[in-house]
Amino acid sequence: MVPPLAGLGSIKKAVMLVILTPWTYQWIANLHAGVASVFVGDTASYNPYMPDYEPVIGLEVHAQLRTRSKMFCSCPADYQAAPPNTRVCPVCLGLPGTLPVINREAIRSIIMTGLALHCEIAQETKFDRKNYAYPDLMKGYQISQYDLPICHDGYLEIDVDGERRRIGIERVHMEEDVAKLFHRTDPATGEGYSLVDVNRSGVPLMEMVGRPDLRSAEEARAYLIAYRSILQYLGVSTGSMEEGSFRCDANVSLRLRGASALGTKVEVKNMNSFRAVYRAILFEIERQSAKLDRGERISMETRGWVEEKGITVSLRSKEEANDYRYFPEPDLPPLHVEPSWVAELEELLPELPEARRARFMAAEDAKGYGLSEYDASGLTDTPALADYFEEAVGAVREGHGGDEAPKRVANWMLSELASHLNAANAVIDDSPVRPGDLAGLLGLLAGGTVGTTQAKAALEAMYESGKPAAQVVEELGLAQVTDSGELTGAVRQAIAENPSAVADFLGGKETAAKFLVGQVMKATRGKANPGIVAELVAEQLGALKQ
Amino acid sequence: MSAEEVRRVATLCHVGVSDDEVEQLRGEMAKLVAEVSVLQAIDTSAIEPTGHAVEGVHTVMRDDEPIEPMGLEDVLSNAPLREGDYFRVRAVME
Repeated sequence: MVPPLAGLGSIKKAVMLVILTPWTYQWIANLHAGVASVFVGDTASYNPYMPDYEPVIGLEVHAQLRTRSKMFCSCPADYQAAPPNTRVCPVCLGLPGTLPVINREAIRSIIMTGLALHCEIAQETKFDRKNYAYPDLMKGYQISQYDLPICHDGYLEIDVDGERRRIGIERVHMEEDVAKLFHRTDPATGEGYSLVDVNRSGVPLMEMVGRPDLRSAEEARAYLIAYRSILQYLGVSTGSMEEGSFRCDANVSLRLRGASALGTKVEVKNMNSFRAVYRAILFEIERQSAKLDRGERISMETRGWVEEKGITVSLRSKEEANDYRYFPEPDLPPLHVEPSWVAELEELLPELPEARRARFMAAEDAKGYGLSEYDASGLTDTPALADYFEEAVGAVREGHGGDEAPKRVANWMLSELASHLNAANAVIDDSPVRPGDLAGLLGLLAGGTVGTTQAKAALEAMYESGKPAAQVVEELGLAQVTDSGELTGAVRQAIAENPSAVADFLGGKETAAKFLVGQVMKATRGKANPGIVAELVAEQLGALKQ
Repeated sequence: MSAEEVRRVATLCHVGVSDDEVEQLRGEMAKLVAEVSVLQAIDTSAIEPTGHAVEGVHTVMRDDEPIEPMGLEDVLSNAPLREGDYFRVRAVME
């Protein structure tokens, strides 16, 4: 790297060094105070033969807010599908002389989030500059929040293995996203360079810092899912890890079980799915355990998850701690959050995942659906899924009615429909089968028009064509044969073709009748109504007995 | 002011310094810091921290209304290096 100021005389440099870093003085004081992080185990519980490590995990989650414009300028925030550098203005480009202005909707969103997470909402808050030199930062600093985050000291509850745990949230603060870099290699010189797309620069980014209260990869995943769920219920973020609007870093350390001091932590980045977060944490626990078992020290560092290899690799050492030289953002006056605004927003909080799950599990006479915890959790994962379920149950009740409408809808949504969605890598909103269509299919099933096998085939065709159940059943000829005249012939034929089964039955082996029913079902390729077939078989065998 | 401190500050500022310059800077930066440190003598314990230079102004927010961004050509017009519709910069790998 060629330093940009290499040509200056040394005295000029000395002045610049001090001027460029107004917080240098503070920093030097910190340097002298230097805090060392040492792994201290509790010797009382130390077993030299079988060390039992307890993972200590804390997550930091960045979520883009779904505002229409950016955080500090009025550029459209819909950068995802936009051509490069077309959602840009002098402010997010970091041109000299420009000034940021706070987006009210973003502040509203973060307050709603803080309330949903049981946080304290600061009445007096401000923004700060976080300084570092990297080409994804247009201004050379990111506007963030340092010592006065808008939300702090909250919690989130998770259920893992039947145990409910409360996981602390240290803070939720507001900042801006950075530009996107694409790394390339010059074919002529073989040198690396980067392309910059500034579209994402300035998109509102909300950072949640969780307390290190998590003790396993399972808990970390549950926490992350619960947090995303809340953001989606509030409608403040899409929460898509794949699209990068929801990003998670994990701080992982180990200590001897029973010890109170924390071990040296490793920060893990670059995980772009819930599964990746889970796997990366598991890997890191294993890696650190093995290292400690060998008597080695864990080094404080940042590691990146490599999905294809299923491992973490060292990105940079943290021995030289980051020095962001935070200072109050001079371009933004302080922000006062009126308690009346907070109270107003509290009134507007929607039903959150926790409450909705409880309602789905409540008895039907208590305005619930009487679902199991498993079904209720699965169906309240996203608001779209829960809405779909409630709409489908409503349609079933208005349509054919019948017993256990919620249970039947839940079963079909969580098994058949879910497998079609998974196969297409789609979410419920993408489903061509709408709630009314699913209710229609369940009506045909309950009325005996189709059996379970045909219903599954019908759903597949409905998913592919988007046509309603009745039409698909008609077009594919999936309707069951319930006409006993037609079935009588098939039963007669089965009896004629299987004399040994008939002999068994007449010899007292009742199960032989079931075999004959099976033969009829086979001959009709499953389209016969099994109830009617069973009746006809019993009738005809009965006649032979006499 | 140690040589290590000078190099650290130089790195943060993206300024390259030679070994000779480090020696010279140690003395010069120490003097500058000493100049500023007179402020430390002021007792600020009873004073509210000042978050902003302009008093009385706070909570300035705008509505969430997008406006037309700049055109691509304007955006890239001052780019020292351009490649297609992107800014091109030297690789900075951490």
